[in-house]
Amino acid sequence: METAEEVQKVVFESGEAAAMVEELRGSYRSGKTRSYEWRVSQLKKLEKITEFHEQEIVEALRSDLSKPETESFVQEIGMLKSACKLAIKNLKSWMKPEMAKTSMTTFPSSAEIVSEPLGVVLVISAWNYPFLLSLDPVVGAIAAGNAVVLKPSELAPATSSLLAKLLGEYMDSSSVRVVEGAVAETSALLEQKWDKICYTGNGRVGRIVMASAAKHLTPVLLELGGKCPVVVDSGINLQVASRRIIAGKWGCNNGQACVSPDHIITTKEFASKLVDALKSELDNFYGKNPLQSKDLSRIVNSNHYDRLTKLLDEDKVSGKVIHGGERDKSNLRIAPTILLDVPQDSLIMQEEIFGPLLPIITVDKIEDSFELITSGTKPLAAYLFTNNQKLKDHFVGNVSAGGLLINDTTLHLAVPTLPFGGVGESGMGAYHGKFSFEAFSHKKAVVYRGFFGDAAVRYPPYTKGNLTILKALVGGSLLGIIRALFGWSKA
Amino acid sequence: MKGLCIELLHNSRLVGIGSTEAFSYRFQRKNHQAFFSFPKVIVSSASFSQRCLPTVSPVVTEVEEKKTFDSESAGLLVKELRKSFNSGRTKSYEWRMLQLSNIARMLDEKEEDIVEALYKDLSKPELETFISEISTAKSSCKEALEGLKQWMIPQKVKTSFATFPSSAEIVSEPLGVVLVISTWNFPFLLSIDPVIGAISAGNAVVLKPSEIAPATSSLLAQLVEEYLDSSAVKVVEGAVPETTALLEQKWDKILYTGSARVGRIVMAAAAKHLTPVILELGGKSPAIVDSYVDLQVAVRRIIAGKWALNNGQACIGVDYIITTKDFAPKLIDALKEGLEQFFGKDPMNSKDISRIVSLTQFARLVKLLEEDRVSDKIVLGGQTDEKQLKIAPTILLDIPEDTQIMNEEIFGPLMPIVTVEKIEGSFDVIKSRPKPLAVYVFTSDEQLKKSFVENISSGGMLINDTVLHVAVAGLPFGGVGESGMGSYHGKFSFDGFSHKKSVMYRSLSGDSSLRYPPYTPEKQKLFKAALSVSIHCSSTKVHVLIPCLSFLLVKAFGLL
Repeated sequence: METAEEVQKVVFESGEAAAMVEELRGSYRSGKTRSYEWRVSQLKKLEKITEFHEQEIVEALRSDLSKPETESFVQEIGMLKSACKLAIKNLKSWMKPEMAKTSMTTFPSSAEIVSEPLGVVLVISAWNYPFLLSLDPVVGAIAAGNAVVLKPSELAPATSSLLAKLLGEYMDSSSVRVVEGAVAETSALLEQKWDKICYTGNGRVGRIVMASAAKHLTPVLLELGGKCPVVVDSGINLQVASRRIIAGKWGCNNGQACVSPDHIITTKEFASKLVDALKSELDNFYGKNPLQSKDLSRIVNSNHYDRLTKLLDEDKVSGKVIHGGERDKSNLRIAPTILLDVPQDSLIMQEEIFGPLLPIITVDKIEDSFELITSGTKPLAAYLFTNNQKLKDHFVGNVSAGGLLINDTTLHLAVPTLPFGGVGESGMGAYHGKFSFEAFSHKKAVVYRGFFGDAAVRYPPYTKGNLTILKALVGGSLLGIIRALFGWSKA
Repeated sequence: MKGLCIELLHNSRLVGIGSTEAFSYRFQRKNHQAFFSFPKVIVSSASFSQRCLPTVSPVVTEVEEKKTFDSESAGLLVKELRKSFNSGRTKSYEWRMLQLSNIARMLDEKEEDIVEALYKDLSKPELETFISEISTAKSSCKEALEGLKQWMIPQKVKTSFATFPSSAEIVSEPLGVVLVISTWNFPFLLSIDPVIGAISAGNAVVLKPSEIAPATSSLLAQLVEEYLDSSAVKVVEGAVPETTALLEQKWDKILYTGSARVGRIVMAAAAKHLTPVILELGGKSPAIVDSYVDLQVAVRRIIAGKWALNNGQACIGVDYIITTKDFAPKLIDALKEGLEQFFGKDPMNSKDISRIVSLTQFARLVKLLEEDRVSDKIVLGGQTDEKQLKIAPTILLDIPEDTQIMNEEIFGPLMPIVTVEKIEGSFDVIKSRPKPLAVYVFTSDEQLKKSFVENISSGGMLINDTVLHVAVAGLPFGGVGESGMGSYHGKFSFDGFSHKKSVMYRSLSGDSSLRYPPYTPEKQKLFKAALSVSIHCSSTKVHVLIPCLSFLLVKAFGLL
C-alpha cells in the first residue's frame, strides 16, 4: 500500500525536512500566521483554488481514480469550498477567547480560554479523496493560525502534483508547503518535531505515525477507517434505503472511502428482499454493464485490485457472490458485487474492504446485529435503517463508532456542526467546522487577578487556628475554604 | 518505516530504562530482581513513623514474592474490567453517581488517614494537604456529582441545508477501560482526580499510583477496594515492572502524570494499540515580575506557589523568576522578608514546608546547586540536610543560561532569578524554551498583560497570582508541547474520558434522486446550484431555505 510506484530521482531527506521545518518555524515565530488577517487571506486563497481550478481538479481526480465529475464536484470540491466559506465566516468568533465562569473560589477574578495556534503542523493525506482530505485539514490548520506542511498521497500522483503546483502558486510559501513523495519522504518528515500531526489512512501506518510523534510529544489526529456496518431492519422503504446504501458504497469512490458501508447486516427473512432491491437500483444507477459505467470510479491501482480480487477469490467466499463479480484488470475495474452469508472468519470479513464488494451478513433477529458490531473493533461509522424508534435508541445507546447515521449513509460528514473522527481502531481526534479549528489550537487557560484584598490565612505559618477556621468553613461550603484561602475571608 | 516502528516498540519497554522522576531509585538498582510489597511494610511501620520526622527512604524491605504482577496478570485484569464494562454497568448514570458519592464519602471519612500518608511520604504540612489535595478532590467530586446529569445529555446541533430534513446530536459515550498512572508529588489528588473524570464518563478504570509515595499508594489501594465497585475500579501498586506490564495492554485511554521522558514512553506504548493519551507533564514555569506591581502581594503569591506548594515539587510550581535588572534587588529583599515571615529564621526546621521526596531527588537538587557558575550565585538559603532530606528555600541570581539548573525542570526549593534589561525581554527568554505548563505574570500594566496572553504559549496563564488557575472549574488543565497534551478538570475531565459520537437522524421519506447516478449534466447543474445555496445560506434560518429546497427537489424529481 505504501510502496512508491516509481523510484524518485530527487529524494527528500531528513536534512532537507529539518531545514524546511526550521524555516517554517521561523515564519511561525515571527507571529505573522497568528494574525486574523493572514488566516483569512490564506483561506480566501484556498477558496479561490476551488473556484478557478475546478476543471483541473476534476481532471486530476479522473486521472488518479476515474472519479466521476459529479462525485469530484460534490464530495471533494464542493465540500472544501463549504469548509473554506464556513471558516472565513466564523473565524472571528472562533478566535474570540471564551469567557469561563469563575466561581466564588477565585472571586474577584476573570477567566477565559484563549485559542492559540500550536505552531508548525503536518498533514499527511490519503489517495481516496486526495483533494478534500489534503486541504480540509489544511483549512483547519490555517484557521487556527499554524504554519503547515501537506504531504499528499503518492498513490494519487496527478492530484498530488496539482496540489503542489496550486498551493505553491496561491499560498504564502513561507508558511504553507507541500512535500510530495512516498515512504522515504514521509519518514523524513516524521523524524521532525511537529506541533501536531493529522494523518488520514490506515491503522497500521497510524500506529507508526503515533509512535514517531511520541518521540517529540506531538499530539496526533488520526483519521483511520474500519469496517463500517449498515444494519437494515425490515418494514422500511426499501427503495430509498437501497439507494442510499448504494450512494454510500459505490457512489463514494466505488467503496474506496473510509465512511463507506463495508458490509450489511440484516435478518435472514429480509435478506432476499433487500438483495432484490439493491440489484434493481444498481441497474438503475449503473446500467446492465457497470464495468463500462462512467459513473463509477476505478480501483486506484493494481495492488489494490489484486487485494480485492484476493478477497473475492478466497475459497469460502467465491461461492457466495450473488450479484456482480465481473472484473477487468486492464482497466482496474470491478463491478458492484454483493455476497451473501460469507463466513465470519474469511478475509473479507476480517479486514476493511475498501472497494466495491458488499457482503451481507444475516442474523435471526435484527437486535443480534448489535452484538455482532460491538464484538468487533469500533468502526468510523455505523448506519441503521429502521422506522423503529426503540431500535434507534438502542443503536445510539449501545453501538460505539466514530459517528452514527440513521436512515442514510455518509451524509453526516456534510454536517459541519458534527465532529468527524474515529474512536479506538478508527482513530482519535476529530475535525470539520469549528472542530477543525479546535483540533489545531491549544486551549490556553488564562486567569486574571488583581493585587488587592490579599489575606494572610492562605500563607504559612500554618497555625492550628487557621486550619480550624478553614475546616469550619468547609463544613458550610467547600468553596468557602478556598474563598478564605485565596483572600476573601474576614480572617 | 518498519525499522522506525520496531525501534519505537523496543524503546517502549520500560524495564531497564532506568530511573526517572516517576520511578524510584530503589527500583532502578534492582528492578529485575526483586518485587517490593508496599502494603505490608507500610502498615507495619505506620505506628512508629507517624509524626516522627521522616528519615530517608521510608522503610522498605525486599521481599522475594512468588506472585509478581506481570504482563499476564495485567492481561487478566484488563479482561475482567472489560467484561464489567461490556456488561454496560458502568455506563448507567446511577452507577457513576454511586461511585462518585462513595468517593465523596471516602474523602470525608478518611481525611486523617490521607493526611498521615502524605506526611509520611513528603512531610507535607497538614494544611497544605488539606487545601491542595483533599479539598481540591472534594470540589472536583462535588462538581461531577452536580454536573453529571447535564454533562451526559446529548448536545443537539444544527444540521445544514445539504442534509435537510434531518436532526443531529453529539453523544458522549465512555471509551471503555482506561488507565491512570499517577505521580508522587500530589500523590492523592493526582490519583483520585483523573479517576473521578474516568468514572463520571462511565469507564472502568485502573489506577497505578506512584511507588515513590508508598504510604499514599497503599492507602489508595485500600480505600478504592473499600469504597468503590471493585469489578470496575482497581488499583495496581508497583514500580517499573508493573507499569511496563500495564502499558503492554490495550487501553481505551491512558492518562499519565509525570515527566516528559516517561511521557514519551507511555505514548509510544499507547501507539501500538492506537490508544489516545492525556499527558500531564511539567516544564519550567516562569514567573515574570514587572516593576509595576504591589510587591508585597506579588512576593507572597510567588512564595505560595513555590515553597508553600510541596516545597517546589509541583508541576505548576514557579520554576524561575524573570525580572528587570533594576527591579531585582527590591524583589529579592521582598522575597527574603516574605520567606522569613512564612517559615521563620530557620526554615530547615519549619513544619510548614515539605521535605524532598527521596534521596535521588535530593541528590539531583544538590547537584544543580553545586554546579560551577551556579554555587556562587546564591543570594539566599542554600543550606541542605541530607539526613532529613531538607533543602532551605534558596534564591539564585543571574545564573548562566547554559547551566543544568536553567535547562531542566527544577522541581524543588531552588529559585533562580533571571534578569533582563526591559521586561519585554522576558518574551525571548520564554520563547527560546519548550512551552511550559504555566506562565505567571505579575504586572498592573494592561498592555503587558495583553501582550503576554497573545504571544506566549503555555498550558495555562495566570496574571498576578500563582497556581490558582487550576482551581477554576471552568478552565481546562493541561499542557502543550513539552508540557503535555490533552486536558482535564471539571467538565473537561468528563470530556477527556468520553468519545464525542456524532449522531444524525434522517427519515426515509422525501428522497431526491438528484444525488444518485446516473449523473446527467442537468443533475450536475442543479447540484451546483443547490450547493451554492447551501454554502451561502448555511447560517440562514431553515424556513427561508425550505422554498428554495422544494424548488430544487421538484426540479430534480422532474428530471426522472
